[in-house]
Amino acid sequence: MADTITVNGTAYPMPDDPRVSLLDFLRQHIGLTGTKKGCDHGQCGACTVIVNGIRINSCLTLAAMHDGDSVTTIEGLGTPEEPSALQRAFLEHDGFQCGYCTPGQICSATAMLEELAADWPSDASESLEGRIAISGEEIRERMSGNLCRCGAYANIVAAIEEVAGGGRS
Amino acid sequence: MTVHFKQDEPDNSNRLDGMKQGVLGKPLPRIEGLAKVTGTAPYAAEYHIDDCAEGVLVTSTITRGEVTSVDRASVLSMPGVIAVVDDEKLCTRAAQGTANEAPMQGPGQVCYWGQPIALVVAETFEQARDAAKHLKVEYREENGAALDPNAVEPEEQEDETVHQGDLAHAMAKAAHSVDVTYTTKGHASAAMEPHAAIAQWDGDKLTVHASLQMLNYNITELADALDMEEENIRLISRFVGGGFGSKLGISEEVVAAALAAKQIGRPVRVVQSRQQVFQTVMRRSETTQRLRLAADSDGKLTGFGHEALVSNLPGESFAEPVLQSSHFLYGGENRELMLKVARIHRMTAGSVRAPGEAVGMPALEGAMDVLAEKVGIDPVELRLRNIPEQDPEEDLPFSSHKLADCLKQGAEAFGWDNGPRKPRQRREGEWWIGTGMASAARVHNIAEAKARVTLKADGTALVETDMTDIGTGTYTILAQIAGEMLGLDPEQVLVELGDTRHPRGPGSGGSWGAASIGSAVYVACKVIREELAKKVGISEEELELSEGKTATGESLTDLLEGNDLAREGHYEPGDIEDDYTASGFGAFFAEVRVNHYTGETRVERMLGAFGFGRVLNAKTARSQCIGGITWSIGVALTEALEFDPRDGHLVNCDLAEYHVPVHRDVPDLEVVLVEERDGAASPIQAKGIGELGMCGGAAAIANAIYNACGARLYDYPMTPDRVLAAMPD
Repeated sequence: MADTITVNGTAYPMPDDPRVSLLDFLRQHIGLTGTKKGCDHGQCGACTVIVNGIRINSCLTLAAMHDGDSVTTIEGLGTPEEPSALQRAFLEHDGFQCGYCTPGQICSATAMLEELAADWPSDASESLEGRIAISGEEIRERMSGNLCRCGAYANIVAAIEEVAGGGRS
Repeated sequence: MTVHFKQDEPDNSNRLDGMKQGVLGKPLPRIEGLAKVTGTAPYAAEYHIDDCAEGVLVTSTITRGEVTSVDRASVLSMPGVIAVVDDEKLCTRAAQGTANEAPMQGPGQVCYWGQPIALVVAETFEQARDAAKHLKVEYREENGAALDPNAVEPEEQEDETVHQGDLAHAMAKAAHSVDVTYTTKGHASAAMEPHAAIAQWDGDKLTVHASLQMLNYNITELADALDMEEENIRLISRFVGGGFGSKLGISEEVVAAALAAKQIGRPVRVVQSRQQVFQTVMRRSETTQRLRLAADSDGKLTGFGHEALVSNLPGESFAEPVLQSSHFLYGGENRELMLKVARIHRMTAGSVRAPGEAVGMPALEGAMDVLAEKVGIDPVELRLRNIPEQDPEEDLPFSSHKLADCLKQGAEAFGWDNGPRKPRQRREGEWWIGTGMASAARVHNIAEAKARVTLKADGTALVETDMTDIGTGTYTILAQIAGEMLGLDPEQVLVELGDTRHPRGPGSGGSWGAASIGSAVYVACKVIREELAKKVGISEEELELSEGKTATGESLTDLLEGNDLAREGHYEPGDIEDDYTASGFGAFFAEVRVNHYTGETRVERMLGAFGFGRVLNAKTARSQCIGGITWSIGVALTEALEFDPRDGHLVNCDLAEYHVPVHRDVPDLEVVLVEERDGAASPIQAKGIGELGMCGGAAAIANAIYNACGARLYDYPMTPDRVLAAMPD
């Protein structure tokens, strides 16, 4: 038992109240408000973070369940001074408008590209076996848990495609 | 120093085109974009404020009646609970857009299921949420509240009524006629950021961080609700996580947070849950619309009828303005238009993106497709033949009219086949494939606006206004306008928005933001240019500025001689509003496939061509358009509020059950910007684009469904069950 949650490389003590979701822990307890609360019910994806390399909805899990885990949030992916490739691509392709779903989209896409690289199949894949070809349809399917009410989807997919293409060439 | 400009005449000088910096209209990335993509842009609930308590709203579980008791003791002994607030000043509805006064107050009277009736405040969110669930409330219920819009005698909105000529006669004599009734379901804005506020008092001074679209109105609404002076209130909304109408007026959590903070003497944060946002803020009314079109043998309209029934709560002035663009989009000398509102006890109906056209245009443009088929001409051609020379109801010219250009350019870019059209011509496996199109129209709105521009001694500029950027691109386009006028790279222009300490902007709503506040910045910059020209000894018209220098090489810093130069621009639309009918126009083209066995519709590709005056930033304008087209997909296929017929409560009050389009529902979208200069629209020749992209797009999809599989539907959304029921064998 570590009694801590490591977020973006820093260890933080677990909250006392077992009802605290991982999302509220990030936002309220350690001040990392880049992770957004859109629905608190795992329906919108705005709270997506990466836990031990896997993307999850942080509103659907209690902080108490992450003793010893390593969490990466949007703040851990890049900064205004040194944005990640995806963050830069979202900016260039205007892959957002109001910006509220954006950290979730970017965290989700970051981990999603790893899933693609590891050839995890999806509903859009031609086969459950072998290499997965990166396509717009694959990206759309895999990103469908991240809602964007401004309707920036077409630009988000363009941003992800740019980074995915660069990463695989 | 304030410079006031009231526009009474068109401004066709197109001064911005003569400026030398060359940044206006360019597809620059958003200047606040890095903050958004790195999660460092703070939204309303995200300000760290010491000693802040957490509030959770409690909502009614009856439809109509009276709260007879709120048992504070039932929760005050729970851990961390600080207070229960059920002050008479609590708001029970959100304010309508531009209300400029408090919305309905008094939590003791219940008017709809889910209405806020109290706020529970505790040390932590978890404690407040738990206590809110346990608060014991007793009611005296009044049964028999009207819940069905079709079961009550509706009120006529008389200012919408048009009786011109004799439509019944025209229908009887017409070579071709259409008489169809469409329905649309209610819609939710569903902005991604839930409504939130943090209120803190310093003596009698109140500061609220909130998520609001129109601070210029919201401050008055809040002052009225709290019975205090506006001077003692500061509202801050620097980043707004989407609005779409839902944040036009102050909502319940703003007033609740302010009252609670006063009561307990500590700052209080209140964030509505997603379910509460759905139930307490605004719904777009469902509609029933009868369309009557009479045409001669060439398809030219001789008669035009559009009657609509919408609903709202008693006491609400808002009625979904379904007929807004029907008044002027097409000709037809015999006209009947009428809007009626049914008073029922469902949650408040109000503005949701493109109120009116969002549902009126899909019905009208569906009916036009039916007419095109009857006349036997291409649907693009039918529209081209019916563009009126001037407003068909008022004796007014159009300020500009780009519908024909949009139809033609859109058709060409899409590769529209204008040959004979017949449903069910293309099938691939289980899927029928077809195309459809529709016109777009959205009235042009513009509003009074103020902004302060300061040309700093160091050669940079500062723009300040309480205008908001709700994802629309305000930060960026204001930097571009100021940069263009003052000869500066937009990176040298700092834009400060969303704070009532700054001059009053127009607020974000009705697609009027960019043209209104852009004009205020333009007016301020023009006066600064006059001052600079004086220093150089030339006229303002002769002054050329770029890269911080005049054409003769004098730098701005030299001209300013160590002093800042600040001017407040005050733009006001004048008589010009009465002289023209002004609108944005466009055209949608869609290709869909429809599953023969399941009735599922997938949008394969979609294109919109739009004419809305000057394009201020081609990137953010295009984004507004694709956002609108995405909403069109939702209106056409998935979005529908469902109300319980027994108590009127909104059943599908979350994002799992209310289906907004997701990534896989939206294909690549193409946008054609049909650039123009509309001098009667604003002194910067711009109109709005925040809503046009969803005004008719759903009909392009509906018409494509018919063309694909032969299912002609008259009810939106066109869900698989409905498509299957209408599908020929």
